[in-house]
Amino acid sequence: MAVETRVRPVAPDEPERPARGGDRTLNAFSHGFLVLWAVLVVVPLLWAVLTAFKSDREIFTNPWGLPSTWHVENFVRAWTTANIGRYFLNSAVVVCAAVVLVMLLGAMVAYVLARYEFPGRGAIYYTFVAGMTFPIFLALVPLFFVVQNLGMLGTYHGLVLVYTAYALPFTVFFLTSFFRTLPGALVEAAMLDGCSHAGAFFRIMLPLARPGMISVGILNFLGLWNQFLLPLVLMPDSDRYVLSQGLAVLAANQGYRSDWSALFAGLVIALLPVVAVYVAFQRRIQDGLNVGALK
Amino acid sequence: MRYGKYRFIASFLVVPLALYVVFVVSPYVQAFTISLTDWRGFSPDREFVGLANYAELLGDGRFWQAMGHNGIMLLVVPAVTIAIALFLATMTTLAGRRGTVARGGVRGSRFYQVVFFFPHVVPLVIAGVLFGFFYNPEAGLLNGLLRVAGFEWLTRAWLGDPSTALTAVMAVLIWGAVGFYYVVFSAAMKTLPTDVFEAAVLDGAGRLRTFRHITLPMITDSIQTSYIYLGILVLDGFALLQVMLPDGGPDGSTEVVAQYLYRSAFTDGRFGYASAIGVTLCLVTLVLAVVVLRLGRRERVEY
Repeated sequence: MAVETRVRPVAPDEPERPARGGDRTLNAFSHGFLVLWAVLVVVPLLWAVLTAFKSDREIFTNPWGLPSTWHVENFVRAWTTANIGRYFLNSAVVVCAAVVLVMLLGAMVAYVLARYEFPGRGAIYYTFVAGMTFPIFLALVPLFFVVQNLGMLGTYHGLVLVYTAYALPFTVFFLTSFFRTLPGALVEAAMLDGCSHAGAFFRIMLPLARPGMISVGILNFLGLWNQFLLPLVLMPDSDRYVLSQGLAVLAANQGYRSDWSALFAGLVIALLPVVAVYVAFQRRIQDGLNVGALK
Repeated sequence: MRYGKYRFIASFLVVPLALYVVFVVSPYVQAFTISLTDWRGFSPDREFVGLANYAELLGDGRFWQAMGHNGIMLLVVPAVTIAIALFLATMTTLAGRRGTVARGGVRGSRFYQVVFFFPHVVPLVIAGVLFGFFYNPEAGLLNGLLRVAGFEWLTRAWLGDPSTALTAVMAVLIWGAVGFYYVVFSAAMKTLPTDVFEAAVLDGAGRLRTFRHITLPMITDSIQTSYIYLGILVLDGFALLQVMLPDGGPDGSTEVVAQYLYRSAFTDGRFGYASAIGVTLCLVTLVLAVVVLRLGRRERVEY
């Protein structure tokens, strides 16, 4: 019995004081840690935004204060002289095209895999799923030559097709499980009324799948907007750099031609679409992750 | 009807499958065959050399140095990331009102959730440029803060010093990764049955004890999966390092395998050798995943 008491320091009939006192210190400590982490997340980003408004001299003389005057022209210089505008548009064109394409193709594959029985279904599904687990850099060298042999090196459509292909596994995986949850009765009814297979997909299932489509679409957008390795290898033409590439080059060149304020303005410009998407769809992104990522 | 069905299936599958096979499946397969050749790319002739590339890799000091950096990162980054994420998740989902039910978060949980997740959506390249300057010896925020706080002697060129460069980069990786796993763990904790927590509180278990003996065993699966995902993230780690320390850092002190692969292929033109590096790295990833899954299997708790 004595052992039993030692295991449970607080017997049920005693008030829970000892535990509570310990908890209170722990509480203060943990609240402190939550605030600290929030500060660690916010401060570097806030600092980048402030730095983007400073003059080059002020960046070095006053690294962590407010800018004395707000140099909005940094953004103009970044957009035009530093070519951020061009990179931004390149990224926007490539990423938007790829997201539209991957959502359409991915939904078609996922629908067929989720709703129809046919030989080879399992094999196709697992081929797609396996694509999620292999690291891209393993495919890098052959991919370069595949794209080159197709004459698509340094072209927009080449990069769009590659982006689409590499976003397919995640899209198919997620949407297949989503289509499985949708009720099939509507489709059966429509087919009895003479609707074709494709018609049932485009008119009934696709609209029903909208919540899932939006979640996956956002995650694809964020993922592809962040992509760096693929364009680095497949987009050697500096006129067609995407944003992440352009920023990396700009940062690497700072050593001898420094225009830090324009670089930071460029960073802020590059972050804007990401922030906009995040703010607009924050809850959906996190819900999407919960369902899709680790189940 | 049956004929129509198969034609429909084929018509929906043919384009995506073709795209996938050409750009994803075939490169992965080719990586293995190219790794067995001495191919230098731009000439069509390539000689089959068997495992010679792999043999050379075994004796390549630079490769092993890069592998060592990956190893250090593999030990530190997932462990620290998961620890921080677990702590934050516990505090915001399970640490609420004491007494009757030990569930529900502290006040402002929703706000923390929005803030903590944000670094995950910040592109790694942007984080790299931003923190590259954050560590800047003259104008960087870090040294600026240290000077103000009176720790002048601590200031240094964080990325230029071989003894701190890797740590500095790992800190950024952790900064970017915690938010995602925080959300994952929070979601896992929200699905845990409440009665177990109620019972623990009734028995007088403090918060640390509840965490160690109840929460932790029940979310082992999530932690395990997270470890694998983080391992893959670290084994790649290319974007961040390429931006922050493009030449492998001072004296190659931060070069990772992915960077060495990229350099071998696209600077030195040794495509066969680079493919062998890729295959090796992929095998390491697979082994890591299997080991983690094996280690965790024993500890699973049914509930």
